[in-house]
Amino acid sequence: MAAVEKHPVTGAGPLNGVLTWIDARFPLVKLWEEQWGKYVAPKNFNFWYYFGSLAAFVLVLQIVTGIFLTMNYKPDAGQAFASVEYIMRDVWGGWIIRYMHSTGASAFFIVVYLHMFRGLMYGSYRKPRELLWIFGMLIYLTLMAEAFFGYLLPWGQMSYWGAQVIVNLFGAIPFIGPDLAVWIRGDYVVSDATLNRFFAFHVIAIPLVLIGLVAAHLMALHEVGSSNPDGVEIKKQPLNPQTGLPLDGIYSHPYYTIKDSLGVVVFLIVFSIILFFLPEMGGYFLEYNNFIPADPLKTPQHIAPVWYFTPYYSILRAVPPMFNSQFPGVLAMALATLILFLLPWLDHSPVKSIRYKGPIFKSALALFVVCFVILGYLGTEPTNVWGQFGAWLGGADRSTVVARICTVLYFLFFILMPWYSKLDTCKPEPARLTW
Amino acid sequence: MSEHGVNKGKRDFLVAATSVVGGIAAGATAVPFAGSMFPSERAKAAGAPVEADISKLAPGGMQIIEWRGKPVWIVRRTQEMLDSIQKDNNLVADPKSEVPQQPAYAKNEFRSIKPDIAVLIGVCTHLGCSPQFKSADAKGDMGMEWNGGFYCPCHGSKFDLAGRVFKGVPAPINLEVPQYKFVGDNKIIIGDDTKGA
Repeated sequence: MAAVEKHPVTGAGPLNGVLTWIDARFPLVKLWEEQWGKYVAPKNFNFWYYFGSLAAFVLVLQIVTGIFLTMNYKPDAGQAFASVEYIMRDVWGGWIIRYMHSTGASAFFIVVYLHMFRGLMYGSYRKPRELLWIFGMLIYLTLMAEAFFGYLLPWGQMSYWGAQVIVNLFGAIPFIGPDLAVWIRGDYVVSDATLNRFFAFHVIAIPLVLIGLVAAHLMALHEVGSSNPDGVEIKKQPLNPQTGLPLDGIYSHPYYTIKDSLGVVVFLIVFSIILFFLPEMGGYFLEYNNFIPADPLKTPQHIAPVWYFTPYYSILRAVPPMFNSQFPGVLAMALATLILFLLPWLDHSPVKSIRYKGPIFKSALALFVVCFVILGYLGTEPTNVWGQFGAWLGGADRSTVVARICTVLYFLFFILMPWYSKLDTCKPEPARLTW
Repeated sequence: MSEHGVNKGKRDFLVAATSVVGGIAAGATAVPFAGSMFPSERAKAAGAPVEADISKLAPGGMQIIEWRGKPVWIVRRTQEMLDSIQKDNNLVADPKSEVPQQPAYAKNEFRSIKPDIAVLIGVCTHLGCSPQFKSADAKGDMGMEWNGGFYCPCHGSKFDLAGRVFKGVPAPINLEVPQYKFVGDNKIIIGDDTKGA
């Protein structure tokens, strides 16, 4: 079969010759144009549309800093803690690489949560972007696994006991649970075997999955096209006879290349302030108890996961045991993440964007965010943080009661959505994009 | 490629048979990988019984020793502490220790061989944290009905001084009592309860 003759590449100045040679052998120009260069995006992306590209940026940051950390880290229960201190004190530049990695972990979740909230606000998960949303959710779950495995590696008290709790979540599954937990740990308690395998998951297995999912997420996005703050499909618009693009569409390059570059610059300013002045972020990014080496015989006075897990951790704590088993709490926690997958099929609103949705949806979303933040806060504190109610409520912990109410509201946001999203009085969507 | 004279049925059968056999082979290949994640022979061998000397354990005091990588608590309970256990009978979820979290010889009022010596595995039955001792003086933190016991810092589970779980906390069942036996008055073997020399 004869190769199809391609047009020579033009417009790349002195690189035209090289690109023409490559293009005859590899679809480089085609990839670039489909995935970014000639990708047509709506013209009205606002502040909330920075976080996708920032997430990709942080992913690269984590991979690069991670590679350099593995050069000095030792995945061995006897040496791990000391090797992290060695990186911090004796390795040239080690402290900044490690702080970039630990701050990057929290930054990753901040941008991902904002990116997901953008999706909630503007209905970015609605048809035809269901699969795009599912890929995104899979990235979110994979990211949680990555963060969890990574958190054991410093082998501090929080590393150890956090892993103990999370592995035992699997132990709560009826019938197979206890054996499953032993299989995950490779021992009867969290030990050297656990640390060694978590290292393998953290540095190779999960990152490979993550990169694959990110590629799928981007390919799905560039296939169906981006949504926008108005929730109007630009692909349904007539084409502009002069440019051949949809009326409200522009090329990603150079327009969004420039916009996203500004986003990265502002992000790096904030990131650097944290990196240089607040790397522990008051115990939220690096917990104080993790500066104590792991001690299997002594749980710290107060243990809590890192902030990005705390909403789910609160849900776990809020559900009381039933049938002599703690499984219902574990199940509630799992469902709280999994229910997000169903969002494209729960939202029956005639419009996508919050700009045209009615008061019911706006209130529901606001209430959901408030509950999520309260659950997140309570998860960082012990259950007696707000004291107890009087005898009339059986002396129950106030924070537990509040967490239970928030847990119920969290689930009602999703479960009732098919009804309230339909009942809502929405405004009509415009034909053209607004700003 | 010509489709003329092709036996479609035979071709589909061969495709299905190859897929099934190939799938089984791929599945079988996963066995050593999954199997390698189980505890190694060395990890399994590390579970031998341990010995504790309680001669220096003061009344009301607690001693922690390690057995199979887990903390085991030995508490010398005072008469006051034993009374508090009886006061908790209505507050705990399983006052009579019906759930088999103890050997038969510890299925009694104080969940122990000798009333004054408690031996408990200090691992919360919720998600495996190690609870902390809180005396009866901690009523400020623990609520007015607190008579002393153990509090799990991870998820707020509470246990009394016999390791019985309180109602309405995340942990579902009582703390586990390991197999143990006394050798003389001041020596306890944990992990072994066989009688004889």
